[in-house]
Amino acid sequence: MTTIESYAKLTDAAAPRGLIGSAPPVATGAEAKRKYRREPGFPVAILIAPATLWLVVFLLLPLISIFIFSFWKSTGHGMTPAFTIENYRAFFVTDGFFDPAKSDFLTPSVFIRTLWLTFRFTITTMAICLILAYPMAYFLSMQVQDFKWQLALFLLVMVPFWTSYLIRAVAWLPMLGRQGLINEFLVGIGAIDEPLSFFLYSEFSYTMALVQLYVVLAVGPIFFSLAKIDRTLLEAARDMGATPFQIFREIIAPLSLPGVAIGMIFIFVAVMGEFATAVVVYGGKASTTGTVILTYYVTGNYPFAAVNAFMLMVAMMMGVVIILRLVDIRKEL
Amino acid sequence: MARSTAESRRKARIKAGFSIYYVIFFIFVYGPMFAMFTLSFQGPRGGVTFPMRGFSFYWWEKLTGPSAVGDLKASLVRSLILAVIVMIITALFSTMLAMAFRKRFRGSGALFYAVMAGLMVPGTLLSLGLATMLRQVGIPPNWWSSGLAVHVVWTLPFGFLVMMAVFNRFDARLEEAARDMGADEWTVFKEITLPLILPGIVAAGLFGFTLSYDEFARTTLLSGAQNTLPLDINASLTQRVQPTLFALGTASTIFSLLMIGMFIVIYTILYRRSH
Repeated sequence: MTTIESYAKLTDAAAPRGLIGSAPPVATGAEAKRKYRREPGFPVAILIAPATLWLVVFLLLPLISIFIFSFWKSTGHGMTPAFTIENYRAFFVTDGFFDPAKSDFLTPSVFIRTLWLTFRFTITTMAICLILAYPMAYFLSMQVQDFKWQLALFLLVMVPFWTSYLIRAVAWLPMLGRQGLINEFLVGIGAIDEPLSFFLYSEFSYTMALVQLYVVLAVGPIFFSLAKIDRTLLEAARDMGATPFQIFREIIAPLSLPGVAIGMIFIFVAVMGEFATAVVVYGGKASTTGTVILTYYVTGNYPFAAVNAFMLMVAMMMGVVIILRLVDIRKEL
Repeated sequence: MARSTAESRRKARIKAGFSIYYVIFFIFVYGPMFAMFTLSFQGPRGGVTFPMRGFSFYWWEKLTGPSAVGDLKASLVRSLILAVIVMIITALFSTMLAMAFRKRFRGSGALFYAVMAGLMVPGTLLSLGLATMLRQVGIPPNWWSSGLAVHVVWTLPFGFLVMMAVFNRFDARLEEAARDMGADEWTVFKEITLPLILPGIVAAGLFGFTLSYDEFARTTLLSGAQNTLPLDINASLTQRVQPTLFALGTASTIFSLLMIGMFIVIYTILYRRSH
């Protein structure tokens, strides 16, 4: 085989491709076989072994154990192996659920209501974050032309992601309250006559804090998917006489959907599992499923904490599956 | 001609509108932090809300003295040590994983989702699962053992995505050429691959360091007897909130910003050198 022939064979179009990028072509032929006894590069098994082991022990096992412990029996300050669905019954129904004479007949348990409340806060937060983040990502990717400015402005918005979200939650304290900055400001400009009390420990303040804490999680992915859109497409549409609204509806919006979905998934899972902000900004006045889980852990009722955690996990998986059903994000990964 | 100036004026107006929106967004995201920063210089008689009652370093000085919460300096040191270890492991694991993902292998899909799960599973669940598991087995949790374990689970997907992006734009022909010249795998890695991906490794490390340094939810039940800094901050919330907390928050945020700045500088230098 001549050199050129073997080179042609090496760079054959059918050369195997890795999951990312192009894998080096696998050599064929006797002389090549002598040279590469195996695929070039370090063996895959060695490369993935440490991380895989780590994930199995510290991610998979804990999640499985939550499921298992949710069937165990609580002994007051510990638990014993058992198979009881009593914990689940307590999660779903109140004592008088099936008794028409009782006042709590057919009332969902407090845990179901907490999960529902957590879900409602999450959906509200997601909606507001999307409304705030999309124009921001659009501005950064479409309106800012200079790359250096784009990067700088983008980083400036994203920096809070790398700082402590607990501290950012604490930073809300001076803003809220009757003497908080928001009330002072509104009174100052004459919008209201006297301070409003709903700016502290209220659903309003909690939602606002959540939005402020998590909105950057949506800006990032939406920005990336908008930045990837081929500008010639927009140019072509404009040349064919499309209005800016048509361009947005027909090209930009559909192509940015994967980014929107990823951002929404980030916010969904983050806010569903949230508990610290609830304590700081909501003053522990109302519970989220996150705070319920911690409360039961601290009081030593591990199986019931596990039940709440498992139901939270189920709710989250359902949410993520629904989002993935609506939008195909595989192109984005 | 007149039409095009009308068009460009309209465009300029839209751009101005978006710029104003950026400023409002900026104030919304950073405003509370600035309020916290200002209030940390509250006079000794001042509280946690405005107005300022004088200006002093009283609360900052209290920060360095003995506090009701515990030994802040010790927990800061713990947080830093933990962050550095997490940074190293994240950079190492995500580089190795991304290198493996350049090839086809069985179970690559499952492994990909397992890594991403670390990003999806809320800290509360992971913390609860591992804490109850360890309790049942009888192993005491510690910030440097179980705390480290869940921190890496959280930071790994970020580092992994960074490294995937790096290898996506990587020219494998360079390695190929080195191999053709008879270099063994280690030499290829050391001389060709590593210098080219080094900026990416630094970026992966940034995620490892900052996300670990600030992590709270995952450490709640897993730090054992000794607190990390975020846990101390949380503990001080259960007591009467004083401006000391704002001083602590400001100091910690400034430190985070310095670290981010440092990482970006190192990244830029390495990136320039490798291209």
